[in-house]
Amino acid sequence: MKVGIVVFPGSNCDHDAWYAVSGNLHHCAEFIWHDSTSLGAVDAVILPGGFSYGDYLRCGAIAKFSPVMRAITEFAREGGLVAGICNGFQVLTEAGLLPGALVRNASLKFICKTVPLAVVTTNSPFTHQAAKGQTLRIPVAHGEGCYIADEKTLDELEAEDRVLFRYLENCNGSMRDIAGIVNKERNVMGMMPHPERAADPLLGGTDGLTILNSLIHAQVAVSKS
Amino acid sequence: MSKITGDVIAAHQLTQSEYDKILSLLGREPTITELGIFSVMWSEHCSYKSSRIHLRKLPTESPRVLQGPGENAGIIDIGDGIAIAFKIESHNHPSFIEPFQGAATGVGGILRDIFTMGARPLAVLDSLRFGRLDDPATGARNRRILEGVVAGVAHYGNCFGVPTVGGECVFEPSYDGNPLVNVFALGVFRHDEIFYGTASGVGNSVIYVGAKTGRDGIHGASMASAEFTEESKQKRPNVQVGDPFMEKLLLEACLEAMKTGAIVGIQDMGAAGLTSSTCEMGSRAGTGIEIELASVPQREPGMTAYEMMLSESQERMLLVAECGRESEIYSVFRKWGLDAVQIGSVTSDGMLRVKHNGKITAEIPNRALADEAPRYDRPHTAPLQIAPPDAPDFRSHDLTGDLKKLLASGDLCSKRWVYEQYDSQVRTNTLAGPGAEAAVIRIKGTKTSVAMALDGNGRYCALDPRQGTKLIVAECCRNLSTAGALPIATTNNLNFGNPERPEIMGQIVESIEGLAEACRFFEVPVTGGNVSLYNETLGKAIFPTPVVGIVGILPTAAVVPLAFQQRGATVVLLGGIRDCTPAEFGGTQYAKAVLDALWGKPPALDMDYEKRVQATVRELVRQRAVQSAHDLGEGGLAVALSECCFGPEKIGADIRLDAVLPPEMLLFHEGPSRILVSALDPAEVFAVARRNNVQALTIGATLESRLIVRNRNEILIDAGVGELHDLWRHALEHLLQTPVLVNTNV
Repeated sequence: MKVGIVVFPGSNCDHDAWYAVSGNLHHCAEFIWHDSTSLGAVDAVILPGGFSYGDYLRCGAIAKFSPVMRAITEFAREGGLVAGICNGFQVLTEAGLLPGALVRNASLKFICKTVPLAVVTTNSPFTHQAAKGQTLRIPVAHGEGCYIADEKTLDELEAEDRVLFRYLENCNGSMRDIAGIVNKERNVMGMMPHPERAADPLLGGTDGLTILNSLIHAQVAVSKS
Repeated sequence: MSKITGDVIAAHQLTQSEYDKILSLLGREPTITELGIFSVMWSEHCSYKSSRIHLRKLPTESPRVLQGPGENAGIIDIGDGIAIAFKIESHNHPSFIEPFQGAATGVGGILRDIFTMGARPLAVLDSLRFGRLDDPATGARNRRILEGVVAGVAHYGNCFGVPTVGGECVFEPSYDGNPLVNVFALGVFRHDEIFYGTASGVGNSVIYVGAKTGRDGIHGASMASAEFTEESKQKRPNVQVGDPFMEKLLLEACLEAMKTGAIVGIQDMGAAGLTSSTCEMGSRAGTGIEIELASVPQREPGMTAYEMMLSESQERMLLVAECGRESEIYSVFRKWGLDAVQIGSVTSDGMLRVKHNGKITAEIPNRALADEAPRYDRPHTAPLQIAPPDAPDFRSHDLTGDLKKLLASGDLCSKRWVYEQYDSQVRTNTLAGPGAEAAVIRIKGTKTSVAMALDGNGRYCALDPRQGTKLIVAECCRNLSTAGALPIATTNNLNFGNPERPEIMGQIVESIEGLAEACRFFEVPVTGGNVSLYNETLGKAIFPTPVVGIVGILPTAAVVPLAFQQRGATVVLLGGIRDCTPAEFGGTQYAKAVLDALWGKPPALDMDYEKRVQATVRELVRQRAVQSAHDLGEGGLAVALSECCFGPEKIGADIRLDAVLPPEMLLFHEGPSRILVSALDPAEVFAVARRNNVQALTIGATLESRLIVRNRNEILIDAGVGELHDLWRHALEHLLQTPVLVNTNV
């Protein structure tokens, strides 16, 4: 399994994702520069956390226009696995690959702490190694992680079993406690918590490995381009 | 060009004798641009003119020190070819005028000091001091400053992508109208990746990189060297605006450009921007620098030479590149979307020559600016004494109530409200973050971790600046040792009032001498730091507040927590109960939070004993012979015991003491050299303590969810852990929410 990690100007969890995949899980990971028009021979892509393009205008709003996002949209359409973490989730909603939006936390403050999440479904390439209802303790670190969408979209997400994680302690005001979702085709995922920060026993937790291992051991639908 | 009159000289905060010195160095009258350049380079902020002769007393060497004071940051060897660069700097004055941007640019400035040397920043800590939040007259303003400063630190550090992993946050009326914002940063690199701020190689190119130059922050350095008056409020445009995204790009571009091998020297544009970077780099190399200001990227049209040379626009760096290899550097900066342009070259004549559209606007020997600033041996008397020597009657009828007051006080309560706004984990190295004994960061790719702590204590130093400073060095080393680290080097931020007042200068001298003695004894040489003077508002000085940041190293491993881990463990007080006199009780948090008083002197310190206690706990923690370790600091034994109960499991303790001290002092005195540890089998604790000739006193055992403290069968404290924890955990939010009388005149 080879995982590509996108680097936008202002990405700052790119190295953390790289280290979790290569250092903690001993799989191949490589960086993809934001103005690349092709992803190379990767089996999955992570859009990491950070402040792409300074998060100017809106979080993720400028990143969606970068050349690499065209390649990622194409990759996703062909069934490639795409995981957006934190800022990556924001970028995916801005790019229209995932529904809804992420807005300012209800507290109006940046929040960094470890929170418990419930795994809502294991029917996805990102959660198949978890148990349904399992609690994962994973850190959040964001100022704009409040998930919103219209009622119809929220109903649809639930009806189609597309909510991956819910906050057991809703730290940012997200509607229906949603912490992570997947697209209709179930190959594009976005989540605000940082699994790559819970991937090393020295750092006080390894619950994030459940998610990263799911990704790495998923059946890959796309052939290498 | 305007004429240099006495008023113009005074407006630049230069004295007549300083102006005379300028005349003799130049052999002519300066231009207004030259006067501006001198005024910033000779300001207290840049030249350390009042403190320099005393700073020489500090120990600066050890086999680990690769770079001592005088560079952008100190550098310490931590083995295996790896080094760390670290420094602390203040942004007190800007943070009062505009809390959010003042604090944000404080973080930005110290981060540039680290990566300009080639090190990737790994951690930030901040030491914050504010006026009281519940003060009827100034509380509303102090809250606004606190909220702005914390949001500013968070904004910059979080976006830049460096974890903010610890620090301190203190409230004291002395900081009303003069908050202290001291930011520490640390970075890591290999020995062969170190860069210096030198402009060597005549003919080499001087290249400007980063953000464009605007009119912001003009005269920030001289503002930071003057007391606050009513007029300061008019100085708001002097505070710069930070852009952490730009800084992140600058970091990546600089580290990548350094790898080309084409960079000879590099320095960030901090205080007095273009001025300080050019003359300091030239002065260090013994060269001259000639620049053309028309080539400088500018944010607005029509800027004068004076404005450009004094601008403190953020996120700019100056680098010197090997002649002929400029394009290698330009291509890296282009990749990151940043400006990089040649603005001049290195010359052989030792002069800073500034041209604007071909016309010379300043021509000054670099050394005159960087090295020949006036140095003053300012008169000093005995330090200012503000507190009575004798203790009031402080018998208490409700010791459990007193403990609750302390746990809910601004200084001792949980700082969760502050640190949850900081990303403390980015870069996935944080082994111990905010709320821990010391912050611990692992260095990936090595077996070594770095521990860091910041400590200050304005109350102790107000009572006795020499003793107070020794105590904070001891405390900081104790924090690191309790985390299992060996303290190896120090940076310091000296925050004081107006040095032209002999009783304030007396505080500065005493404090520096105390710092020198303690740093020498604990073998933590000082590799740099910052002096912030004139911290006065309307003639009232802050408490003398030296803040030390000490770093230590330890083998990478899971940390030993400060909280009790399970029931049935033995609780041992390393170092023993220690003695305390009523006079030595006057600087404690008990005196502050319960009695609202300050008297007497700081606690006594036996440095030799302290060092042995630290060696003991370091060995125990490294061997994993203890389940928890927590040093006694402010609030004394009872507060430390409570904090040990606040782990995830809320384990309590049954403590039985046998002491002659009055109960108030027994529970709350702040005598140093004491550490609480817990162990299922304490045999090893006693053995190691005995070997180090340190007392190890069994004082009780852990139990479920209740803290009970007895002395000779008299119950002193009896409280549920849950209740104590709730008070402690939510106190800061309550302090921020309690309505206070809003005084609109402040």
